[in-house]
Amino acid sequence: MKISWWKILSIVLLAYAIIGGLLLPVPELTQLGETIRNLYFHVCMWFAMMILFTFSVAYSIKYLRTSSFQYDIKAKAYADVGTFMGLLGYSTGAIWASYTWADPNNPAYASFGSIMREPKLIGAAMALLIYGAYFVLRSSIIDMDQRARVSAVFNIFSYTMLFPSIWIIPRLLPSLHPGQEGNPALNFNDIDSRMRMVFYPAVIGWTLLGAWITNIKIRTEMIREKNIL
Amino acid sequence: MESSKHFNALLKKEFLLDFRQQHSFFGILLYIASTVFVLYLTMGDIEAATWNALFWITQLFICINAVAKSFLQEAKGRMLYYYSTTSPVVFILSKISYNGILMIVMNIINLILYTAFLGNPTSSFWQFLGISLIGSLGLSLVFTLLAAIASKAMQQASLMAILGFPIIIPQLLLLVRLSKTAFSEIFRDGAPAQIILLLLALDISVVILAMILYPFLWKD
Repeated sequence: MKISWWKILSIVLLAYAIIGGLLLPVPELTQLGETIRNLYFHVCMWFAMMILFTFSVAYSIKYLRTSSFQYDIKAKAYADVGTFMGLLGYSTGAIWASYTWADPNNPAYASFGSIMREPKLIGAAMALLIYGAYFVLRSSIIDMDQRARVSAVFNIFSYTMLFPSIWIIPRLLPSLHPGQEGNPALNFNDIDSRMRMVFYPAVIGWTLLGAWITNIKIRTEMIREKNIL
Repeated sequence: MESSKHFNALLKKEFLLDFRQQHSFFGILLYIASTVFVLYLTMGDIEAATWNALFWITQLFICINAVAKSFLQEAKGRMLYYYSTTSPVVFILSKISYNGILMIVMNIINLILYTAFLGNPTSSFWQFLGISLIGSLGLSLVFTLLAAIASKAMQQASLMAILGFPIIIPQLLLLVRLSKTAFSEIFRDGAPAQIILLLLALDISVVILAMILYPFLWKD
């Protein structure tokens, strides 16, 4: 079995992120407590999702330029794994929110209505709904060439509409979510320097893991579609 | 020169088609009338915020129905004829302009019906009219390209909603927010102008994207 360097890097970084993430010192904040360590998992999922979706769109553009079927397979696989990462981001966020945002006097699900109005959550919901629509669109076109072409067009269109929205919505609505000014987690003042030591490697590690899973998906799909490539 | 001639011919054809096959045009009118009437019967007295939200939701559904027809009624053979005679950019631009004009007409009718049945809580009617015109233009632009995409798939009408709703969320939020100026809510200085500029920038980017992407959808 051949393991290329970036796969080893992914393992090393994730091991560091998990061990260091659970053991290294973190700032003590009354609201967050030890749940702050979820940053290394929750925020990284969204980073990985966005990066994977960006790859998906890049392959969609490549498909439209070349009409080579392998790029369609790649675009689909990156969108698949990106959506999966988004769902993980939601579930880690739900766990986090149930300890920090949810009203302690009521059961956690009773706060759902007020939590879902968060601008960041709206942006995330938009991204997942758009890619859900992308999969529905794909499955409702039978002809292969047409499916690849139409879904590539939709992918590019929705992605370019999604990104301005992610910048616009937070400026329209009030939010409890950190990173209100500017782009979350990229701002150097937002995050403690001790946490940065784990956070950035963790982002790279999770993204590489996502790319690894995608890679396996692409290869199995290529084998399955061998006779038409 | 050639392309502007094509553009005019295509636009003229859309209006002629509406004039000759009146069922689709009056179908949408009836759709608006019955929606507003059902709202009138079910809602009774409503507050300004609810009125505003309902207005934009109705507007969204009208847009889906009005715009969807423009691609659904094109027969396969006719598309082939367009393909051999004109360019995709001219074709999509004519569709966009037609849908924009159609939506503006529908918007005015919708607003009149709303005022008649559900009252008008706006403090400045003309301001709200202007905002709603900007809004319906933006909605029609986005849904024109989505209709072109959905027309290639099965179950086109329901697919339009699935594809469109997540994309339209930010515009809808901006519009609901902007229309509050017409309900005499106080805004920060320059905020309404900023939102209008944002909406226009979104509209322009949609038109540019449509011009770039439609040529790929067009060949079968």
